[in-house]
Amino acid sequence: MNQKKRHMIQAIATFVQNGWIPGFLKGTIYRGAGKQVCVPGLNCYSCPGALGSCPIGSLQAVVGGSSRNISYYVMGLILLFGSLFGRLICGFLCPFGFLQDLLHKIPGRKVKVPEKIDKKMRYIKYLMLAGVFLLPVLITDPFGIGVPYFCKYVCPAGTLEGGISLMITNKALREAAGFLFSWKVLVLLVILVSSVLIYRPFCKYLCPLGGAYGLCNKVSLCRMKVVEDKCIQCGKCMTACKMGVDVLENINSAECIRCGACVNQCPTDAIVWNSCRGYTNQWWKNYKNRSKH
Amino acid sequence: MNGSSRKNIATGILITAAVCLIAVGIVTGEQLDVMQKAVNICLECIGVG
Repeated sequence: MNQKKRHMIQAIATFVQNGWIPGFLKGTIYRGAGKQVCVPGLNCYSCPGALGSCPIGSLQAVVGGSSRNISYYVMGLILLFGSLFGRLICGFLCPFGFLQDLLHKIPGRKVKVPEKIDKKMRYIKYLMLAGVFLLPVLITDPFGIGVPYFCKYVCPAGTLEGGISLMITNKALREAAGFLFSWKVLVLLVILVSSVLIYRPFCKYLCPLGGAYGLCNKVSLCRMKVVEDKCIQCGKCMTACKMGVDVLENINSAECIRCGACVNQCPTDAIVWNSCRGYTNQWWKNYKNRSKH
Repeated sequence: MNGSSRKNIATGILITAAVCLIAVGIVTGEQLDVMQKAVNICLECIGVG
C-alpha cells in the first residue's frame, strides 16, 4: 500500500471518530451511547465531534474514581486492539498520528535525533504508560478521587481536539482558561513544531497508548516478516523507515507503526504482512501436515 | 513448533484474555463509568480544570 492510500485511510478514520458535526458548531460534545466504547487511537472524548471515548482518558477516569482501582473493561479493549493490530493503529487510525504525519510533510530541514538520546527517550512513553495506570490510584484526594495526570498536564490531543475546538465556540470555557491551559498550549506547540522537524515525536517518545500497543507488536495478529530467501540485504527498507526500526533484525519492533514504507521500498518483495489470512493458511497447512502423519 | 506458531498461540491467548477482561468489565458496569465521564466535558483534558 502506498503512503497516499494510507493517508486516505487516516483521514477517513479521523472523520469517522470525530463525525458529530453539530458539536463543532455549538461548542458542545456528543452525549450518546457510543461513548461507552473506546476508539482505538488517541482521540479526546471532549472533542466536540468525538463519537467514542479515548482509551487513555477512560482508563484514568475509571481507576481515578473512588470505586475502582483497576479497569478490566478499558484494559481489555486496549489489549484487544493491541493483540489484533499492534501499532498499525498508530500508523492508520490515530488522528493525532495523522496530524504529525501531515506536519512532517512541510518542506524544510529535518532533524535526526542522535541515536543515544533517541534510544533513551523512547522509554519515556513506557513511564507515561505506568503513570497512566498508577498515578490516579496512588495520588488521590481525601475522597479517594485521582486526577487524570496525563490528560491534565501532557495530552496534546486533548488540548487541540477538546480545548481549542471547544473554546472557539464556547465563551464560558474561554473565560475559564488560565495557567493550566497556557501550559497545555505550550506543550502542544512544542510537539507540533517538533513534528515538522522530527518524524512523529509524540508517538516515538511520549504516547502511552503507542507504548501499550508497541508491547503487543511482536505477537499481534497483524505483523510483518522478512522472507530471508528473497532479501538481498540492500538496506533500502532501513533507509525508508522513519521510525528508526532495524527492519532486518527486528521488523516487529515496538517502534514499528506498520506504515508500510519498508514494504514499498523493497525491490524483491521480501517484506510481507502476516495477516489474518496468513494465519489461517498456516493453521490449515499445519493441520493437514498433522493429519498426514 | 516454529516461532511463528508460538506467536500465533500467544496472539490467541491475548485475544481470549482481552475478551474475558472486557466481559468482566461489562458485567461490573465499567462501560457506564466510561460513558459517565465521556459525555461531560472533561475540564482536565481540555486544560481548564
